[in-house]
Amino acid sequence: MRALFLALLLRDLRLAARRRLDAMLPLVFFVVAVSLFPLGVGPETQTLRQIAPGVVWVCALLATMLSVQQVYAGDQADGSLEQLLLAPQPAIVVAAAKSLAHWLVNGAPLVLAAPVVGLLFDLSPAALGALVISLLLGTPVLSLLGGLGAALTLGLRSAGMLLILIVLPLTMPVLIFGAGAVVAVEAGQSPAGHYSLLGALLIATLIGAPLATAAALRISTE
Amino acid sequence: MLTIDIAPSLATAALAGQRGDRVLFRGLTLTLVHGQIVWLRGRNGRGKTSLLRILAGLSAPAEGGVLYGGQALPTLAAEWRQRLVYIGHANALKDDLTVAECVRFAAAVQGRQPSQGDIDAALAVWGILPLRNAPVRRLSQGQRRRTALARLALPQPPSIWLLDEPLDALDDEGVQTLCTLLSGQATRGGSVMLTSHQALPLSEPMPTTLDLDALEAPGRAA
Repeated sequence: MRALFLALLLRDLRLAARRRLDAMLPLVFFVVAVSLFPLGVGPETQTLRQIAPGVVWVCALLATMLSVQQVYAGDQADGSLEQLLLAPQPAIVVAAAKSLAHWLVNGAPLVLAAPVVGLLFDLSPAALGALVISLLLGTPVLSLLGGLGAALTLGLRSAGMLLILIVLPLTMPVLIFGAGAVVAVEAGQSPAGHYSLLGALLIATLIGAPLATAAALRISTE
Repeated sequence: MLTIDIAPSLATAALAGQRGDRVLFRGLTLTLVHGQIVWLRGRNGRGKTSLLRILAGLSAPAEGGVLYGGQALPTLAAEWRQRLVYIGHANALKDDLTVAECVRFAAAVQGRQPSQGDIDAALAVWGILPLRNAPVRRLSQGQRRRTALARLALPQPPSIWLLDEPLDALDDEGVQTLCTLLSGQATRGGSVMLTSHQALPLSEPMPTTLDLDALEAPGRAA
Protein backbone atom coordinates (compact mmCIF):
# COMPACT_ATOMS: atom_id res chain seq x y z
CA MET A 1 0.00 0.00 0.00
CA ARG A 2 2.83 2.35 0.92
CA ALA A 3 4.66 1.54 -2.32
CA LEU A 4 1.75 2.71 -4.50
CA PHE A 5 1.25 5.81 -2.34
CA LEU A 6 4.91 6.78 -2.63
CA ALA A 7 5.16 5.92 -6.33
CA LEU A 8 2.14 8.07 -7.17
CA LEU A 9 3.19 10.91 -4.90
CA LEU A 10 6.72 10.99 -6.32
CA ARG A 11 5.40 10.78 -9.89
CA ASP A 12 3.09 13.75 -9.38
CA LEU A 13 5.86 15.77 -7.72
CA ARG A 14 8.21 14.88 -10.56
CA LEU A 15 5.61 15.94 -13.12
CA ALA A 16 5.07 19.22 -11.27
CA ALA A 17 8.82 19.83 -11.21
CA ARG A 18 8.95 19.33 -14.97
CA ARG A 19 5.97 21.61 -15.57
CA ARG A 20 7.15 24.35 -13.25
CA LEU A 21 5.23 27.09 -15.02
CA ASP A 22 1.93 25.21 -14.71
CA ALA A 23 2.66 24.40 -11.08
CA MET A 24 3.40 28.03 -10.25
CA LEU A 25 0.26 29.50 -11.81
CA PRO A 26 -2.00 29.10 -8.73
CA LEU A 27 0.66 30.77 -6.57
CA VAL A 28 1.03 33.60 -9.06
CA PHE A 29 -2.76 34.00 -9.17
CA PHE A 30 -2.85 34.07 -5.35
CA VAL A 31 -0.15 36.74 -5.06
CA VAL A 32 -1.57 38.89 -7.87
CA ALA A 33 -5.18 38.64 -6.64
CA VAL A 34 -4.23 39.47 -3.03
CA SER A 35 -2.04 42.35 -4.21
CA LEU A 36 -4.94 43.95 -6.09
CA PHE A 37 -6.88 44.64 -2.90
CA PRO A 38 -4.51 47.18 -1.32
CA LEU A 39 -4.39 48.93 -4.70
CA GLY A 40 -8.16 48.93 -5.04
CA VAL A 41 -9.14 49.67 -1.45
CA GLY A 42 -6.49 52.29 -0.80
CA PRO A 43 -3.63 52.66 1.68
CA GLU A 44 -5.77 53.02 4.83
CA THR A 45 -3.96 50.56 7.10
CA GLN A 46 -6.85 50.01 9.50
CA THR A 47 -9.14 48.99 6.62
CA LEU A 48 -6.46 46.77 5.13
CA ARG A 49 -5.89 45.01 8.45
CA GLN A 50 -9.62 44.40 8.78
CA ILE A 51 -10.09 42.87 5.33
CA ALA A 52 -6.76 41.01 5.20
CA PRO A 53 -7.87 37.67 6.73
CA GLY A 54 -10.90 37.36 4.48
CA VAL A 55 -9.08 38.51 1.35
CA VAL A 56 -6.11 36.19 1.82
CA TRP A 57 -8.34 33.22 2.63
CA VAL A 58 -10.73 33.80 -0.28
CA CYS A 59 -7.81 34.17 -2.69
CA ALA A 60 -6.24 30.97 -1.32
CA LEU A 61 -9.56 29.22 -1.83
CA LEU A 62 -9.91 30.45 -5.41
CA ALA A 63 -6.29 29.59 -6.22
CA THR A 64 -6.92 26.07 -4.96
CA MET A 65 -10.08 25.76 -7.05
CA LEU A 66 -8.11 26.79 -10.13
CA SER A 67 -5.52 24.06 -9.66
CA VAL A 68 -7.71 21.27 -8.36
CA GLN A 69 -9.54 20.84 -11.66
CA GLN A 70 -6.52 19.08 -13.13
CA VAL A 71 -5.99 16.60 -10.31
CA TYR A 72 -7.57 13.65 -12.13
CA ALA A 73 -8.34 15.07 -15.58
CA GLY A 74 -4.88 14.39 -17.01
CA ASP A 75 -4.77 10.85 -15.65
CA GLN A 76 -8.19 10.14 -17.09
CA ALA A 77 -7.29 11.55 -20.51
CA ASP A 78 -4.14 9.48 -20.94
CA GLY A 79 -5.47 6.24 -19.42
CA SER A 80 -3.37 6.39 -16.23
CA LEU A 81 -6.46 6.57 -14.03
CA GLU A 82 -7.67 3.18 -15.26
CA GLN A 83 -4.32 1.69 -14.34
CA LEU A 84 -4.40 3.31 -10.91
CA LEU A 85 -7.85 1.91 -10.22
CA LEU A 86 -6.67 -1.55 -11.24
CA ALA A 87 -3.84 -1.47 -8.71
CA PRO A 88 -3.92 -4.21 -6.09
CA GLN A 89 -4.38 -1.51 -3.44
CA PRO A 90 -7.73 0.19 -2.83
CA ALA A 91 -8.51 3.43 -4.67
CA ILE A 92 -8.41 5.31 -1.37
CA VAL A 93 -4.61 5.12 -1.60
CA VAL A 94 -4.77 6.85 -4.98
CA ALA A 95 -7.08 9.56 -3.62
CA ALA A 96 -4.84 10.18 -0.59
CA ALA A 97 -1.63 10.33 -2.62
CA LYS A 98 -3.14 12.66 -5.23
CA SER A 99 -4.47 15.03 -2.55
CA LEU A 100 -1.14 15.13 -0.73
CA ALA A 101 0.68 15.80 -4.01
CA HIS A 102 -1.79 18.56 -4.83
CA TRP A 103 -1.28 20.17 -1.43
CA LEU A 104 2.53 19.96 -1.65
CA VAL A 105 2.54 21.53 -5.12
CA ASN A 106 -0.27 24.05 -4.71
CA GLY A 107 -1.24 24.45 -1.05
CA ALA A 108 2.15 24.57 0.65
CA PRO A 109 3.43 27.43 -1.55
CA LEU A 110 0.35 29.47 -0.54
CA VAL A 111 1.22 28.89 3.11
CA LEU A 112 4.80 29.99 2.49
CA ALA A 113 3.72 33.06 0.53
CA ALA A 114 1.13 34.12 3.13
CA PRO A 115 3.53 36.11 5.39
CA VAL A 116 4.75 38.09 2.39
CA VAL A 117 1.29 38.97 1.12
CA GLY A 118 0.22 39.64 4.71
CA LEU A 119 2.76 42.44 4.85
CA LEU A 120 0.84 44.21 2.10
CA PHE A 121 -2.01 44.53 4.59
CA ASP A 122 0.18 45.74 7.45
CA LEU A 123 -0.61 42.66 9.55
CA SER A 124 1.20 42.36 12.89
CA PRO A 125 3.73 39.53 13.36
CA ALA A 126 1.23 37.72 15.61
CA ALA A 127 -1.50 37.99 12.96
CA LEU A 128 0.92 36.81 10.27
CA GLY A 129 1.69 33.78 12.43
CA ALA A 130 -2.02 33.06 12.85
CA LEU A 131 -2.51 33.42 9.09
CA VAL A 132 0.24 30.90 8.39
CA ILE A 133 -1.03 28.41 10.99
CA SER A 134 -4.63 28.70 9.81
CA LEU A 135 -3.57 28.18 6.18
CA LEU A 136 -1.37 25.27 7.24
CA LEU A 137 -4.40 23.60 8.81
CA GLY A 138 -6.95 24.73 6.24
CA THR A 139 -5.30 24.33 2.83
CA PRO A 140 -5.00 20.51 3.15
CA VAL A 141 -8.77 20.47 3.71
CA LEU A 142 -9.19 22.46 0.50
CA SER A 143 -7.00 19.98 -1.40
CA LEU A 144 -8.95 17.01 -0.04
CA LEU A 145 -12.36 18.54 -0.78
CA GLY A 146 -11.13 19.77 -4.15
CA GLY A 147 -9.97 16.25 -5.00
CA LEU A 148 -13.43 14.98 -4.16
CA GLY A 149 -15.04 17.61 -6.38
CA ALA A 150 -12.61 16.82 -9.20
CA ALA A 151 -13.48 13.12 -8.96
CA LEU A 152 -17.22 13.81 -8.88
CA THR A 153 -17.09 16.01 -11.97
CA LEU A 154 -14.59 13.94 -13.93
CA GLY A 155 -15.50 13.76 -17.59
CA LEU A 156 -18.53 16.02 -17.27
CA ARG A 157 -19.16 19.01 -19.47
CA SER A 158 -18.58 22.29 -17.61
CA ALA A 159 -16.69 20.26 -15.03
CA GLY A 160 -14.71 23.29 -13.88
CA MET A 161 -17.75 25.36 -12.98
CA LEU A 162 -19.58 22.39 -11.47
CA LEU A 163 -16.58 21.59 -9.33
CA ILE A 164 -16.51 25.10 -7.93
CA LEU A 165 -20.24 25.03 -7.25
CA ILE A 166 -19.95 21.69 -5.43
CA VAL A 167 -16.82 22.40 -3.45
CA LEU A 168 -17.20 26.06 -2.46
CA PRO A 169 -20.14 25.49 -0.08
CA LEU A 170 -18.22 22.65 1.58
CA THR A 171 -15.26 24.93 2.21
CA MET A 172 -17.25 27.62 4.03
CA PRO A 173 -16.36 26.35 7.55
CA VAL A 174 -12.65 26.37 6.65
CA LEU A 175 -12.94 29.89 5.35
CA ILE A 176 -14.83 31.09 8.44
CA PHE A 177 -12.53 29.50 11.02
CA GLY A 178 -9.35 30.22 9.02
CA ALA A 179 -10.08 33.92 8.65
CA GLY A 180 -11.55 33.95 12.15
CA ALA A 181 -8.25 32.85 13.69
CA VAL A 182 -6.47 35.90 12.26
CA VAL A 183 -9.32 38.21 13.25
CA ALA A 184 -9.15 36.83 16.78
CA VAL A 185 -5.43 37.56 17.05
CA GLU A 186 -5.95 41.07 15.67
CA ALA A 187 -8.62 41.59 18.35
CA GLY A 188 -6.26 40.40 21.08
CA GLN A 189 -8.08 37.10 21.62
CA SER A 190 -6.77 33.55 21.55
CA PRO A 191 -7.04 31.78 18.17
CA ALA A 192 -6.85 28.37 19.88
CA GLY A 193 -10.54 27.62 19.38
CA HIS A 194 -10.31 28.35 15.66
CA TYR A 195 -7.20 26.18 15.36
CA SER A 196 -9.00 23.34 17.15
CA LEU A 197 -11.97 23.58 14.81
CA LEU A 198 -9.70 23.72 11.77
CA GLY A 199 -7.82 20.71 13.11
CA ALA A 200 -11.09 18.85 13.64
CA LEU A 201 -12.16 19.70 10.08
CA LEU A 202 -8.81 18.44 8.80
CA ILE A 203 -9.14 15.15 10.67
CA ALA A 204 -12.74 14.65 9.53
CA THR A 205 -11.80 15.44 5.92
CA LEU A 206 -8.73 13.22 6.08
CA ILE A 207 -10.96 10.33 7.10
CA GLY A 208 -13.94 11.00 4.86
CA ALA A 209 -12.72 12.68 1.68
CA PRO A 210 -10.40 9.93 0.34
CA LEU A 211 -13.13 7.34 0.85
CA ALA A 212 -15.69 9.45 -0.99
CA THR A 213 -13.16 10.37 -3.68
CA ALA A 214 -12.32 6.70 -4.27
CA ALA A 215 -16.02 5.89 -4.73
CA ALA A 216 -16.46 8.87 -7.07
CA LEU A 217 -13.47 7.80 -9.16
CA ARG A 218 -14.90 4.32 -9.61
CA ILE A 219 -18.24 5.79 -10.72
CA SER A 220 -16.59 8.32 -13.05
CA THR A 221 -14.56 5.67 -14.88
CA GLU A 222 -17.47 3.25 -15.38
CA MET B 1 -24.09 -18.86 -25.49
CA LEU B 2 -20.45 -19.32 -26.42
CA THR B 3 -18.26 -21.53 -24.29
CA ILE B 4 -14.54 -22.05 -24.38
CA ASP B 5 -14.46 -25.51 -22.83
CA ILE B 6 -11.37 -25.59 -20.66
CA ALA B 7 -10.71 -25.45 -16.93
CA PRO B 8 -11.38 -22.00 -15.52
CA SER B 9 -8.98 -19.44 -14.22
CA LEU B 10 -11.07 -16.52 -15.43
CA ALA B 11 -14.72 -17.39 -15.81
CA THR B 12 -17.88 -15.52 -16.65
CA ALA B 13 -21.43 -16.79 -16.33
CA ALA B 14 -24.27 -15.43 -18.47
CA LEU B 15 -22.49 -12.10 -18.74
CA ALA B 16 -24.28 -9.13 -20.28
CA GLY B 17 -22.70 -5.83 -21.19
CA GLN B 18 -24.58 -2.61 -21.75
CA ARG B 19 -23.68 0.87 -22.93
CA GLY B 20 -26.36 3.40 -22.12
CA ASP B 21 -29.63 1.62 -22.86
CA ARG B 22 -28.09 -0.55 -25.57
CA VAL B 23 -27.25 -4.18 -24.76
CA LEU B 24 -23.92 -5.06 -26.39
CA PHE B 25 -23.87 -8.76 -25.60
CA ARG B 26 -25.85 -11.11 -23.43
CA GLY B 27 -25.47 -14.66 -22.15
CA LEU B 28 -21.71 -14.71 -22.56
CA THR B 29 -20.22 -17.65 -20.71
CA LEU B 30 -16.54 -18.21 -21.13
CA THR B 31 -13.56 -19.54 -19.33
CA LEU B 32 -9.97 -18.54 -19.88
CA VAL B 33 -7.36 -20.90 -18.53
CA HIS B 34 -3.62 -20.76 -18.09
CA GLY B 35 -1.74 -21.19 -21.31
CA GLN B 36 -4.62 -19.97 -23.44
CA ILE B 37 -4.73 -16.99 -25.77
CA VAL B 38 -8.15 -15.72 -26.80
CA TRP B 39 -8.56 -13.41 -29.77
CA LEU B 40 -11.68 -11.36 -29.16
CA ARG B 41 -13.27 -10.31 -32.43
CA GLY B 42 -16.30 -8.34 -33.46
CA ARG B 43 -17.44 -5.40 -35.50
CA ASN B 44 -16.97 -1.84 -34.28
CA GLY B 45 -19.32 -1.07 -31.42
CA ARG B 46 -19.98 -4.75 -30.68
CA GLY B 47 -18.61 -4.45 -27.16
CA LYS B 48 -15.04 -5.78 -27.30
CA THR B 49 -13.61 -2.96 -25.19
CA SER B 50 -16.63 -3.08 -22.88
CA LEU B 51 -16.09 -6.80 -22.32
CA LEU B 52 -12.41 -6.32 -21.52
CA ARG B 53 -13.26 -3.49 -19.11
CA ILE B 54 -15.82 -5.71 -17.38
CA LEU B 55 -13.30 -8.55 -17.12
CA ALA B 56 -10.75 -6.12 -15.67
CA GLY B 57 -13.25 -4.82 -13.15
CA LEU B 58 -13.34 -1.29 -14.56
CA SER B 59 -17.03 -1.56 -15.50
CA ALA B 60 -19.89 -3.44 -13.93
CA PRO B 61 -21.72 -6.02 -16.05
CA ALA B 62 -25.43 -5.51 -16.69
CA GLU B 63 -25.97 -9.17 -15.76
CA GLY B 64 -23.82 -12.04 -14.58
CA GLY B 65 -20.43 -11.85 -12.97
CA VAL B 66 -16.73 -12.50 -13.38
CA LEU B 67 -14.75 -14.97 -11.30
CA TYR B 68 -10.97 -15.12 -11.04
CA GLY B 69 -9.89 -18.46 -9.66
CA GLY B 70 -13.35 -18.78 -8.15
CA GLN B 71 -13.24 -15.38 -6.47
CA ALA B 72 -15.61 -12.58 -7.43
CA LEU B 73 -13.79 -9.55 -8.80
CA PRO B 74 -14.80 -7.03 -6.10
CA THR B 75 -13.42 -9.30 -3.38
CA LEU B 76 -10.32 -10.27 -5.29
CA ALA B 77 -7.24 -10.46 -3.07
CA ALA B 78 -4.33 -8.12 -3.77
CA GLU B 79 -2.16 -11.08 -4.73
CA TRP B 80 -4.58 -11.92 -7.53
CA ARG B 81 -4.96 -8.35 -8.67
CA GLN B 82 -1.19 -8.20 -9.15
CA ARG B 83 -1.65 -10.92 -11.72
CA LEU B 84 -4.18 -9.01 -13.76
CA VAL B 85 -2.69 -6.79 -16.45
CA TYR B 86 -4.98 -4.56 -18.48
CA ILE B 87 -3.64 -2.36 -21.27
CA GLY B 88 -6.35 -0.29 -22.89
CA HIS B 89 -6.57 1.91 -25.97
CA ALA B 90 -4.85 4.73 -24.12
CA ASN B 91 -1.20 4.13 -23.39
CA ALA B 92 -1.24 5.53 -19.84
CA LEU B 93 1.99 7.44 -20.46
CA LYS B 94 2.92 10.91 -19.24
CA ASP B 95 4.50 13.22 -21.80
CA ASP B 96 6.87 14.68 -19.21
CA LEU B 97 8.21 11.38 -17.93
CA THR B 98 10.94 9.40 -19.62
CA VAL B 99 10.33 6.02 -21.18
CA ALA B 100 12.07 4.19 -18.31
CA GLU B 101 10.16 6.20 -15.69
CA CYS B 102 6.85 5.29 -17.33
CA VAL B 103 7.66 1.59 -17.34
CA ARG B 104 8.85 1.71 -13.73
CA PHE B 105 5.70 3.54 -12.64
CA ALA B 106 3.40 1.13 -14.50
CA ALA B 107 5.10 -1.77 -12.72
CA ALA B 108 4.90 -0.02 -9.35
CA VAL B 109 1.17 0.55 -9.77
CA GLN B 110 0.82 -3.17 -10.30
CA GLY B 111 2.76 -3.81 -7.09
CA ARG B 112 6.07 -4.79 -8.64
CA GLN B 113 9.50 -3.26 -8.16
CA PRO B 114 11.60 -4.17 -11.21
CA SER B 115 15.33 -3.46 -11.15
CA GLN B 116 16.88 -1.04 -13.61
CA GLY B 117 18.33 -4.09 -15.38
CA ASP B 118 14.86 -5.60 -15.75
CA ILE B 119 13.52 -2.36 -17.21
CA ASP B 120 16.43 -2.04 -19.61
CA ALA B 121 15.94 -5.64 -20.71
CA ALA B 122 12.23 -5.02 -21.31
CA LEU B 123 12.98 -1.91 -23.35
CA ALA B 124 15.60 -3.84 -25.31
CA VAL B 125 13.00 -6.52 -26.15
CA TRP B 126 10.88 -3.77 -27.72
CA GLY B 127 13.86 -2.09 -29.39
CA ILE B 128 13.47 1.17 -27.50
CA LEU B 129 16.41 0.91 -25.10
CA PRO B 130 18.17 3.88 -26.79
CA LEU B 131 15.07 5.93 -25.91
CA ARG B 132 15.06 5.02 -22.21
CA ASN B 133 15.85 8.59 -21.10
CA ALA B 134 13.77 10.30 -23.78
CA PRO B 135 10.62 12.11 -22.66
CA VAL B 136 7.47 10.45 -23.95
CA ARG B 137 6.40 13.64 -25.73
CA ARG B 138 9.19 13.07 -28.27
CA LEU B 139 8.05 9.57 -29.19
CA SER B 140 6.07 8.52 -32.24
CA GLN B 141 2.75 6.71 -31.80
CA GLY B 142 4.41 3.37 -32.45
CA GLN B 143 7.15 4.07 -29.91
CA ARG B 144 4.51 5.10 -27.36
CA ARG B 145 2.66 1.84 -27.91
CA ARG B 146 5.91 -0.08 -27.48
CA THR B 147 6.55 1.78 -24.22
CA ALA B 148 3.06 0.94 -22.96
CA LEU B 149 3.56 -2.72 -23.86
CA ALA B 150 7.09 -2.86 -22.44
CA ARG B 151 5.83 -3.92 -19.04
CA LEU B 152 4.71 -7.19 -20.61
CA ALA B 153 8.40 -7.99 -21.06
CA LEU B 154 9.23 -7.47 -17.37
CA PRO B 155 9.81 -10.57 -15.23
CA GLN B 156 6.46 -11.51 -13.73
CA PRO B 157 4.56 -14.44 -12.32
CA PRO B 158 1.97 -16.21 -14.51
CA SER B 159 -0.76 -13.66 -14.99
CA ILE B 160 -3.79 -12.76 -17.05
CA TRP B 161 -3.27 -10.14 -19.74
CA LEU B 162 -6.25 -8.22 -21.08
CA LEU B 163 -5.03 -6.24 -24.09
CA ASP B 164 -7.23 -3.84 -26.03
CA GLU B 165 -5.98 -3.44 -29.59
CA PRO B 166 -2.33 -4.03 -28.67
CA LEU B 167 -1.32 -4.07 -32.34
CA ASP B 168 -2.39 -0.46 -32.82
CA ALA B 169 0.44 1.59 -34.33
CA LEU B 170 2.89 -1.33 -34.18
CA ASP B 171 5.01 -2.14 -37.23
CA ASP B 172 5.69 -5.73 -38.36
CA GLU B 173 8.66 -6.02 -36.05
CA GLY B 174 6.56 -4.81 -33.11
CA VAL B 175 3.80 -7.30 -33.93
CA GLN B 176 6.39 -10.08 -34.02
CA THR B 177 7.76 -8.96 -30.65
CA LEU B 178 4.28 -9.03 -29.18
CA CYS B 179 3.65 -12.52 -30.58
CA THR B 180 6.89 -13.74 -29.00
CA LEU B 181 5.80 -12.30 -25.65
CA LEU B 182 2.34 -13.85 -26.00
CA SER B 183 3.88 -17.26 -26.67
CA GLY B 184 6.16 -16.84 -23.66
CA GLN B 185 3.20 -15.83 -21.53
CA ALA B 186 1.28 -18.97 -22.53
CA THR B 187 4.33 -21.16 -21.99
CA ARG B 188 4.86 -19.98 -18.43
CA GLY B 189 1.25 -20.58 -17.49
CA GLY B 190 -0.28 -17.19 -18.09
CA SER B 191 -3.26 -16.42 -20.27
CA VAL B 192 -4.24 -13.62 -22.63
CA MET B 193 -7.41 -12.12 -24.03
CA LEU B 194 -6.86 -9.49 -26.67
CA THR B 195 -8.86 -7.57 -29.21
CA SER B 196 -7.56 -6.84 -32.66
CA HIS B 197 -8.95 -6.12 -36.08
CA GLN B 198 -5.75 -7.53 -37.55
CA ALA B 199 -5.12 -11.26 -37.70
CA LEU B 200 -2.54 -12.31 -35.14
CA PRO B 201 0.42 -14.08 -36.77
CA LEU B 202 0.70 -16.52 -33.90
CA SER B 203 0.77 -20.29 -34.20
CA GLU B 204 2.12 -21.46 -30.84
CA PRO B 205 -0.24 -21.60 -29.09
CA MET B 206 -2.96 -21.15 -31.67
CA PRO B 207 -5.28 -18.41 -30.41
CA THR B 208 -8.87 -19.34 -29.62
CA THR B 209 -11.29 -17.02 -31.37
CA LEU B 210 -14.20 -15.50 -29.53
CA ASP B 211 -16.41 -13.72 -32.03
CA LEU B 212 -18.93 -11.38 -30.45
CA ASP B 213 -20.73 -11.17 -33.79
CA ALA B 214 -21.66 -14.83 -33.29
CA LEU B 215 -23.63 -14.00 -30.18
CA GLU B 216 -27.27 -12.98 -30.34
CA ALA B 217 -27.79 -9.56 -31.87
CA PRO B 218 -27.66 -6.68 -29.40
CA GLY B 219 -30.76 -4.68 -28.65
CA ARG B 220 -32.28 -2.24 -26.25
CA ALA B 221 -32.33 -2.94 -22.54
CA ALA B 222 -35.70 -4.01 -21.18
